[in-house]
Amino acid sequence: MINIIWLGMIVIGFVFAAVNGRMDAFTAAVFDGAKNGVTVSFGLISVLVFWLGVMKIAEDAGLLRSIARLLGPIVGFLFPDVPKGHPAIGYILSNMSANLLGLGNAATPMGIKAMQELQTLNPDKDTASPAMCTLLALNTASITLIPATLIAIRLNYGSSDPADIVGTTLAATFVATLAAIFADRLCRRMLLLRRPPGPPAESRSPTGGGPASPHYQVKG
Amino acid sequence: MIAFIPLYAYARKVPVYESFVDGAKEGFGTAIGIIPHLVGMMVAISVFRASGALDFLMGFISPLLRGLGVPPEVLPLGLLRPLTGTGSLAYATELIRVHGPDSLIGRIASTIQGSTDTTLYVLTVYFGAVGIRNGRYALKVGLFSDLVGFVAAIAICLLVFG
Repeated sequence: MINIIWLGMIVIGFVFAAVNGRMDAFTAAVFDGAKNGVTVSFGLISVLVFWLGVMKIAEDAGLLRSIARLLGPIVGFLFPDVPKGHPAIGYILSNMSANLLGLGNAATPMGIKAMQELQTLNPDKDTASPAMCTLLALNTASITLIPATLIAIRLNYGSSDPADIVGTTLAATFVATLAAIFADRLCRRMLLLRRPPGPPAESRSPTGGGPASPHYQVKG
Repeated sequence: MIAFIPLYAYARKVPVYESFVDGAKEGFGTAIGIIPHLVGMMVAISVFRASGALDFLMGFISPLLRGLGVPPEVLPLGLLRPLTGTGSLAYATELIRVHGPDSLIGRIASTIQGSTDTTLYVLTVYFGAVGIRNGRYALKVGLFSDLVGFVAAIAICLLVFG
């Protein structure tokens, strides 16, 4: 699906640029986009380096494991295929709480770390596991308690009550999150139905990527 | 949290500085690994916007929205939101500036911005970091939840502030 969307955006963009006589803008947009991609990645370095450092301290101190044990039941429901007490759960929870508090730049490193931990459990390293899809669904729905940026912007433009959108945002984000969890469950169920009965996907991994496999598997 | 975690760890006899550096090392590689994914996605989005394709799509849907009593001004925000976080924030700010923060449009824009996320970016960064090529149904679910968030934000704002 990502292939079709990516190709579609470029081809449609090219056709529209040709029809609208905007080929100059098209070419400029290509390099602008490429530059943006690099800028954003480099902007992430400082945040990633710092938070992954702090999270490593938390892991070594056993904090992630205690959090995982404490909130295990909730995560157990959302991520039925992640074993209890697995480090991934601690990172998933840190990612969720950072999102809740609206700490966008702290949520990303923890989400990435959670993905890397889930990848160690993933039998097929090229294809997202259901647990990865669930984590992504939770992140794209972005459960937000305090939309701090928007409150600041409204304050800036002289709103009489900048925080009066907290209630509506909370309600909308709640609906969106429920929808995401529901849709994720539905897709997961359909995936299981489509797969013929028998041993699950483990047999597809030729090298048998067991739990000891490395975090990084950067391909492509 | 920034002070608590190291203090707690130190009390449990963890070599905090060494642990920090050890974890921090991974950050650099991860950020570099994301570059190709982000460049690919950003180019496609940027091209799609600059060519006028996005404008065309919006011109197509706005009459429909007007019929439903929804201010069509918020539509571009719904289309931009999954594609670009900074772009949609800029657009929301513009709506708030032009129509006023306490207008219906301003409030809807704020609510949309707060309750949805940049799905393509999140997908690219998270899957890019672990080398996932086939995202299965993740994109569908993400875009679906954006749509639900967008519709819910409008409906709730019409109810509360309309």
